[in-house]
Amino acid sequence: MAVREFEVAKLTGEIKVPALQEGTMAGIKGFIANEKIQEALGYPGELVEDWHDKAISKMGELLGKYRSLQVFMDACVHCGACTDKCHYYLGTSDPKNMPVARQELMRQVYRRHFTFAGKYFPKLVGAKDLTKEILDDWYSYYYQCSECRRCSVYCPYGIDTAEITMAGREILDSVGMGQKYSNEILGKLQRIGNNLGLPGPAIINTLEGLEEDVLDDTGIPVKFPLDVKGAEVLLITPSADFFSEPHVESLIGYAKVFHAAGISWTMSSHAAEAGNFGLFIGSYENTRKAAMRIRDAALELGVKRIVVGECGHAWRVAYSFWNTMIGVGDGADDEFGKKLQDQLDHSYPQPAHICEVTHDLLTRGVIKVDKSKNDDRVITFHDSCNVSRASRMGDTPGGQFTIPREVIKMVANNYQEMAPGTTHEATFCCGGGGGLLTDDLMEVRVKGAQPRMEAYKEVVDNNKVNFLALICAICKAQFTKVLPYYGYDMSMVGGVHQLVSTAIELPGLGEGPAEAEAAGDE
Amino acid sequence: MSTLSIFYAVLFYVATLLLVVGLARKILQYMRSPAPLKIPTTPAPTTSTGVAYRMAREVVLFESLFKSSKWTWIFGWMFHFGMLLVLVRHLRYFVSDVPGWLLAIQPFGKYAAIMMVAGLGGLWARRFLVDRVRYISTPSDHLMLALLLGIGVSGAMMTFVSHTDIITLKIFVLGLLRLSPQPLPESLVLMAHLAMVATLMIIFPISKLLHAPGVFFSPTRNQADNPRERRHLADWAAKLEK
Ligand code: HEM
Ligand code: HEM
Ligand code: SF4
Ligand code: SF4
Repeated sequence: MAVREFEVAKLTGEIKVPALQEGTMAGIKGFIANEKIQEALGYPGELVEDWHDKAISKMGELLGKYRSLQVFMDACVHCGACTDKCHYYLGTSDPKNMPVARQELMRQVYRRHFTFAGKYFPKLVGAKDLTKEILDDWYSYYYQCSECRRCSVYCPYGIDTAEITMAGREILDSVGMGQKYSNEILGKLQRIGNNLGLPGPAIINTLEGLEEDVLDDTGIPVKFPLDVKGAEVLLITPSADFFSEPHVESLIGYAKVFHAAGISWTMSSHAAEAGNFGLFIGSYENTRKAAMRIRDAALELGVKRIVVGECGHAWRVAYSFWNTMIGVGDGADDEFGKKLQDQLDHSYPQPAHICEVTHDLLTRGVIKVDKSKNDDRVITFHDSCNVSRASRMGDTPGGQFTIPREVIKMVANNYQEMAPGTTHEATFCCGGGGGLLTDDLMEVRVKGAQPRMEAYKEVVDNNKVNFLALICAICKAQFTKVLPYYGYDMSMVGGVHQLVSTAIELPGLGEGPAEAEAAGDE
Repeated sequence: MSTLSIFYAVLFYVATLLLVVGLARKILQYMRSPAPLKIPTTPAPTTSTGVAYRMAREVVLFESLFKSSKWTWIFGWMFHFGMLLVLVRHLRYFVSDVPGWLLAIQPFGKYAAIMMVAGLGGLWARRFLVDRVRYISTPSDHLMLALLLGIGVSGAMMTFVSHTDIITLKIFVLGLLRLSPQPLPESLVLMAHLAMVATLMIIFPISKLLHAPGVFFSPTRNQADNPRERRHLADWAAKLEK
């Protein structure tokens, strides 16, 4: 499968809704997962012979298990409110990338098999039986959706196309049509404990290297602890933070924060990954299985708090699903949940986002910063989809918007907002979320990034912005790759904790850490 | 009693039965299907009172639609609230003693028909004029609008052009309710109106009109944002812990 050449739009600084052009992205598809990858997740290795019946029965099963799918299949009135809300439609003009049309790929089959009108009057209601062409369309267009939920904000019934995409991918997996990128990574996560497939010794090596770098840089022995039993905090962060640029700068930032605050912390080689691609393929069982490693590590290490590093979908899974799936949270009255929750310190939110932790420490003055160190930067903040529309930070709704912004403003002087309608709950996806962060889908990624790039261009041109602050490993990887397509330098991209890292004042050698009583001895 | 009156009486019994049973089955299905994960579209309220308030804003103000498309919102809201007023005004056929408040709103209800019809017209126009909406429209979307326009226009004809015998009609309707069918006034417009109303009732539970009950069951709108505070576990998911 060769990846075709494509043209990159010239930015104007304005987001326009294109006239639709059928078929521009037809047949664009990522590589298919091979037998080995599929079977590791419990799926058939290749397209099964009775795929039609299998797919329909899987659809029936999912309709019975997920109210979201059942209600969303019935409720859409084709009002069209969502049609211009998806960045993939805006960037590709392909009508099948309009959220409602993406849903319709499944709804036409749902109608045919599960509704009276579709069984007896298929033409009238646009019902169709599942054919190989439709199955291929599913594979194509369910992997041109980043499950960003932007459409669900605007639909009068809250129809979330991401739920339908997830169901679509799960059905595809169950008949043997998996996506190589997502499924291979999920397999590694379940087998080894992180997306990159790094074995323990490799992680130790990297962390030791980082300790040396930071010591050289600052003269302060900031530690990057791994597998420390009895530490207060277990940090779960995307494995990209260990190796990729600019991710690693944020990891250094977290380490400095814990160091400066005198909080004892550790990472885990058993659970060295916050990301969980089980979410992307809509598989409850596989998501849960991957997340179980975190529960096991927390129990094993006896930690009191679990903190999550900068990653969007990981924060969704952690914030919204961990309590359900692995008992990280509060309020359990069952044995499974209580076993872990009795160990955790509930005077802190469980799990907590690293931005919540840093925000709290900065606000209470436990850690100090020199804002002027960031003065060469004019910063804007990109809200990650999963953080914005599928989770929260802090105690009040919308904390996911204010807390990272306040952290930035507490560590830097120059901050600029992008245009309203492209931030907060209306944020545009980076274009690489939801399992699309692979080179075989580069065209989808670059075109899908266009709305965000337009908004970015506007603040670069008008406000001299030179730093795009992020709190997501996928956003970081996507923008470093995609910015150059639009004529920007990839060094403009970085994490919020990279900014913290730049500005934070570390207690000097010989001085005790700021919160000495909180250190080590717990 | 004429065959026609008997036909209409039977038609309304059948339509009511299909509507009630069909809707009840759907609502039960929605109630019974589990929502295994917390998926409110955030920012979302953190309490159930907050959720009730959010839902009320969706149902009464079409809040999300307001954010997405002002034209659809204006036409959609005119249509639905015009229709609501019309239906309230219709209650006078269904009660033997019309209460004072119902009498009081009658004059307003009359103009609600215009609002409803205009709203429908606007919504239908979008299906032709906006390329994206045209692309997603199926024949049933057009027929649904035609049906509702038909009901609206035939109703308005009776209100503004050729009045029917309201007294006889009321006897017919109350007769249906008391299970002793009475003759229907002989008026073509009324018969058309009623035939279309019965059709609407019959297709309600098997069409996209399920959006009306559906919105209340939409997990992205009806869940509270409290996953860290409470453990939320569906029965089928709990079994995985065994
Ligand atoms: C809880 C009650 C209801 C709510 C919250 C609701 C809400 C909505 C909304 C937000 C839309 C999309 C915008 C629009 O096209 O107007 C819509 C469309 C529609 N509604 Fe409702 N509705 C309700 C009840 C009903 C009922 C009882 C009927 C029918 C008799 C109905 C018929 C329709 C139709 C036909 C459309 C599609 C209009 C089009 O084709 O553009 N709705 N509804
Ligand atoms: C059994 C059910 C119904 C009966 C017996 C009925 C009967 C009537 C009658 C007799 C009128 C004329 C009123 C007058 O002369 O002032 C009328 C008007 C009207 N009807 Fe109906 N109707 C029914 C259901 C409906 C429904 C479900 C709708 C809407 C979806 C509707 C929409 C209208 C409208 C828009 C008017 C004109 C405005 C008005 O007078 O309120 N009707 N109907
Ligand atoms: S979830 Fe995001 S990517 Fe998917 S259809 Fe909706 S807006 Fe598009
Ligand atoms: S906004 Fe919702 S109801 Fe309207 S077309 Fe899109 S999915 Fe359907």
